[in-house]
Amino acid sequence: MNFTSVSELVELAESKGLPISEVMIQKEMEWMDRTRDEVFGQMEENLAIMEKAVQKGLHEEIHSSSGLSGGDAQKIRRYIQESSVLLSGADVLDTVSRSMSVSEVNASMGTIVATPTAGACGVLPGCVFTAANRLRADREAMVRALFVSGAIGYCIANNSFISGAAGGCQAEVGSATAMSAAAVVEMAGGSPSQSAEAVAIALKNMLGLVCDPVAGLVEAPCVKRNAMGGAIAMVAADLAMAGVTSVIPADEVIGAMYRIGRDMPTSLKETALGGLAATQTGREWERRIFGKPEKE
Amino acid sequence: MKYRSVFDIIGPVMIGPSSSHTAGAARIGQVARTLFGRKPRQVTVTLYGSFAKTHQGHGTDIAIAGGLLNYDTHDERIVHALETAREQGMEITWIESEEVPEHPNTARLRLEDEQGEMEVVGISVGGGKIEIVELNGFELKLSGSAPALLVTHHDRYGAVAKVATVLADQRINIGYMQVSRKQKGSEALMIIETDQHVPIAVQEQLSALPEITGVTVL
Repeated sequence: MNFTSVSELVELAESKGLPISEVMIQKEMEWMDRTRDEVFGQMEENLAIMEKAVQKGLHEEIHSSSGLSGGDAQKIRRYIQESSVLLSGADVLDTVSRSMSVSEVNASMGTIVATPTAGACGVLPGCVFTAANRLRADREAMVRALFVSGAIGYCIANNSFISGAAGGCQAEVGSATAMSAAAVVEMAGGSPSQSAEAVAIALKNMLGLVCDPVAGLVEAPCVKRNAMGGAIAMVAADLAMAGVTSVIPADEVIGAMYRIGRDMPTSLKETALGGLAATQTGREWERRIFGKPEKE
Repeated sequence: MKYRSVFDIIGPVMIGPSSSHTAGAARIGQVARTLFGRKPRQVTVTLYGSFAKTHQGHGTDIAIAGGLLNYDTHDERIVHALETAREQGMEITWIESEEVPEHPNTARLRLEDEQGEMEVVGISVGGGKIEIVELNGFELKLSGSAPALLVTHHDRYGAVAKVATVLADQRINIGYMQVSRKQKGSEALMIIETDQHVPIAVQEQLSALPEITGVTVL
């Protein structure tokens, strides 16, 4: 059982009549020489840690030491409960608040699961826990969703990149968004090729996104990009479930992401030299936090 | 294939905020500590590229210090690692290099104490994964495409055979192996890439062998 691209993964799954999650589980067992219980058990533990992080940011007052992030997940949760008008709808906002919560926990040096990275750790839990509520999915379906996202992330990581320093935010939050879209498609009963369409649609909308964190901290704009990544993933999954397909297939979108990242200047790859980090306000925050002189 | 396991993607479980700049940095520190085999008294850390530009913001310095204290990426004590290192008498000097490295997230760690010194260059490739590219001036050819064992040992006859025997008994196949030493009879290093995952029990078995001074799995 092996695959190196999304198209190979879909072909393998559909020819054997298996969901993507099962292909990933069997590959992991075979290649890492581990039992099903070991592999499934470790993923269940990851899910439990994600759940704690989701709850923490929604129900506790958390703030990062810099003061750049924290408290917004709670703000959104209250807004969902109390506001009579929700412009984008309760499920989208639930996703956004959960994704934001995990990302805020990360910024405050809390415990999270990197999915695929810490900078993008909010997107997947936000989507999986919201979809589980909506679909009344059981624990097994949620763990399986993590294997689906892992399978997509595996293809992206080995054919492109997943770190902001290497490929910009498109490689981090972009990858997480694509992985999450595929995961919730399987949770909703979609086919492997629908998961692949969701990957393509989600990632296309993140292409070109640069990594320009204020003061070099994984906070602004990272926390809000995680939140919006969650929203994009859910909408992309819905489009794929509706039968919408991407003109450019998933693997080619991943290839485009790689080339765009390679061409991206260093100032926009997690160096805090360009983009939002280099704005007047960004520099003011940087000076306030570190007392550092302005960089060129 | 740089990433092999689904848990390279959905994982590691870690203390935030950055998998490359925090978790990866902690792992570089921890691998350096393990290879050194004991707590260093003095460490000089040179940071390059994105590491040099953003290490304070990402807690890269805190994480490397945590790794040097032998903390795992998910150990909550990492948060206080800089203070703990100071309390334990570990002196860490930080250098931000302007040099443009081959990889954006590169750190060079020089560990010292009364008994000796060691220098390691590590890169953090993303998602918490790292590669060690240099050890005491030896370029390492760790492709990162397979699990790798780094075994430090005394340069005596039989050391290599004993390690190979343990792996053979566990049906772990060696795909690539490199043995290097500074001089005859001194400290030596085995780099072993395996086709199968090396369970913790086997790592412990290897550590307990005579002549073996340290075992690290990458």
